Amino acid sequence: MSGRLRFIIGGVLIAGAVVYLIFTATKASAQYFLTVNELLARKSELVGKNVRISGAVIGDTIKYDPQKLVLSFTIANVPGSNKEIEAEGGLEKVLHEAVIDPNRKHLKVVYHGPRPDMLKNEAQAIITGHLGEDGVFYADELLLKCPSHYEDAVPDQVEGGKK
Amino acid sequence: MLANIGYGALVLTFLLTLYAVIAASYGLYRKNAAWVESARNAAVLTFPMLTLAVVSIVALLLSNQFGIEYVSSVTSREMPLYLKITALWGGQAGSLVFWSWLMSGFAFVLLGRPWKRDREFLPWVLIVTMVTLAFFVGLNVFVENPFARLWALADGHIIKAMFRPHGAIPYVPPDGQGLNPLLRHPGMIAHPPMLYLGFVAFVIPYAFAMAALVTGRTDARWITLTRRWALAAWLFLSLGLLLGMRWSYDVLGWGGYWGWDPVEVSALMPWLSGTAFLHSVMIQEKEGLLKHWNMILIITTYALVIFGTFLTRSGVLSSVHAFAQSAIGPLFFTFIGITFTISLAVLMYRWNDLKSDLRIESLLSREALFAFNNMIFMGILVICFWGVIFPVISELVTGQKVTVGPPFFEKATGPLFALMLLLMGIAPLSAWGYASAKRLGRLLAVPFGISVLVAVGVYAIGIHKWGALLGFWLSAFVAAVILDEFVRGVRARMRRGESLPVAFMRLLERDRRRYGGYIVHLGIVLMAIGIVGTHFFATETQATIAKGQSISLDGYTMTYDGLQEWRTNDGRDVARAIISVYKDGKKVAVLHPRRDFYFDSQQPMTIPGVRSTWEDDFYVILVDWQKISEEGATFKVFHKPLVSWIWTGGLVLILGTLIAAWPEAAPEKRKKRVRRTRRAVARA
Repeated sequence: MSGRLRFIIGGVLIAGAVVYLIFTATKASAQYFLTVNELLARKSELVGKNVRISGAVIGDTIKYDPQKLVLSFTIANVPGSNKEIEAEGGLEKVLHEAVIDPNRKHLKVVYHGPRPDMLKNEAQAIITGHLGEDGVFYADELLLKCPSHYEDAVPDQVEGGKK
Repeated sequence: MLANIGYGALVLTFLLTLYAVIAASYGLYRKNAAWVESARNAAVLTFPMLTLAVVSIVALLLSNQFGIEYVSSVTSREMPLYLKITALWGGQAGSLVFWSWLMSGFAFVLLGRPWKRDREFLPWVLIVTMVTLAFFVGLNVFVENPFARLWALADGHIIKAMFRPHGAIPYVPPDGQGLNPLLRHPGMIAHPPMLYLGFVAFVIPYAFAMAALVTGRTDARWITLTRRWALAAWLFLSLGLLLGMRWSYDVLGWGGYWGWDPVEVSALMPWLSGTAFLHSVMIQEKEGLLKHWNMILIITTYALVIFGTFLTRSGVLSSVHAFAQSAIGPLFFTFIGITFTISLAVLMYRWNDLKSDLRIESLLSREALFAFNNMIFMGILVICFWGVIFPVISELVTGQKVTVGPPFFEKATGPLFALMLLLMGIAPLSAWGYASAKRLGRLLAVPFGISVLVAVGVYAIGIHKWGALLGFWLSAFVAAVILDEFVRGVRARMRRGESLPVAFMRLLERDRRRYGGYIVHLGIVLMAIGIVGTHFFATETQATIAKGQSISLDGYTMTYDGLQEWRTNDGRDVARAIISVYKDGKKVAVLHPRRDFYFDSQQPMTIPGVRSTWEDDFYVILVDWQKISEEGATFKVFHKPLVSWIWTGGLVLILGTLIAAWPEAAPEKRKKRVRRTRRAVARA
């Protein structure tokens, strides 16, 4: 076997390994990223499945028990696509309207852990976890963004408590 | 006034860059050196012009000119002086100016002195650097103007504009919004400039690569000329990444240093392709091989640098709502698309000229192992890229947003990182050209034996996780190979009568590049040990305890001794817990985890108390506390074995890079060596 051929085989093996790794790791860790409406619409199918959702934090609903480190709050649906958000006047406005509009779909979220520094009214929450049978969303990870206040200069994990 | 001067400087810089590009092109077309010379003068002038713009911004920041939108968005009255200066890169508009300023500074260094040799590169280097600069300055002039003012319209709306809209009056907020508290940390102050220095410095090797392609000079001259630029870029990028990790660990209060979020990954990607580039150019210099590959690597690195600048500064971030959320997104993608396409087109045009008659002879030769190492780097890069863009792809294909998180990156890159460590151990001992398995085996026997002993020892002290064992074994193997190289080199010199320290220094001096590289590898090994330690053995717990009570974790016990609360004069309330840490019954440290609450942003900032030793870190976060009367507080506690090895490894890595990049003592000798290689290439 010539040196070149062996070299090519080596390269193909590495490329194959990379493709295999990408494929299996994607399959094992891919999560749906959904809006509150989408999640609730597919409730029966998604209960118990690991998903990621986004919504607007309603400030009045934030409750925290520092003894047990149990945090709960309610989020309101915000549109998922960028185009819709732009059309409705930008993220800040969309979040504000989502919070004050009583007709939006709401979802209660429960999280065990420290209260994230940036959890406040009208923050955008990006939450990883699963929907329970009881209709409550059990979060494993919270990311929070406050579009109004700062330019986005802070990496993700800043914006919430990572477990 | 100052804002007008600054904006004027930006506009002039933009015109200068356009002029430089046009004059250099015209000079090429007419074969007229005077036009190229004129272009060079224009390029050099961009630096003082942008310096003026930067000075204007800083002056506005320092003098609290909140009528300027950028100033009010990143500073506030009570911020200390140094933070006001660093607010230059605290927001998008300012950091783009900062990027351009660095680019023009590098162009100044590069083009400011007369080029006696390699003049055929000059016009093309000018064109590439100035097109890049024109893009960034253009963004500032037309889209993200840091000098735009705030105006109150007749209907009460506040808008931002450079010049007075009809019927508007200037609006000056009483105070600015201030820099995000989380960014008020030394690590965050140095982190963006370092990253940017690294990003921008990679533009120079790319410019030379393009110049070499266009002019058809397919030897390794462009690589020799830019070796130091590439090393400097790599050094700064590494520093930037390390500082970011350290900041994350010190400030973010989640006990980690790397979270695989898109921003981190986007800074890692050019580092990966840049590292591959640094390795594979050696093969071209020494053997005249892999010419196409090197071009592909530097073109990729350039594209990733622009992509990285965009991702780190554009609000794309976490939300998948995000690609192109900011106005500059489409512009960035267009620019990347155009430059990438043109670069590849030029490469295709020269494809046959870059062909070498030489082949990689042996699968175990140094060049073959380097090539495999390159493929692994690119493999990791592909995985990272996939992870970042997967949500976008999945939505395009299935209409459903699907994301992948840190587990994806860990699972997919872990085996490749392990493979890379293995190659890192074998490659230094293999020979250039032809290598026999027998000879390589003989050289590897001793380090391999040592590493197996280490692995057995690690197993004996009770570490039975196979992933950790593999990691420690590989680390020991690489370390043993490198130390063996040093020992053999020093011994050989000592036999000639040199003392140990002299022999060591001379060894480094004789081949800085090689031994500097080994030291870099040693740094990577130390970091690998730290990463394995924290990945496999970190533990955490949380509890609410009253004063005098304690929490135990992994042989440590912490006792809550008390809480202090006070108000500072720079706008925050501080709550600070006093914690005693005991290990094996002995008091080893007093820690002060705290929470600062900033009024202006209504945001708390959690600062951990950390006891750090080479063995492990004991890391405490004050989660919450009750009023003094109840005297209870909630803590989250992390035990992080070996985490300090990461920081030590980072320092070693930087030291090694400096050694490798330091100018050689005797430049004549080097030149001769290069010339000889080139002759060899030409002969071949």
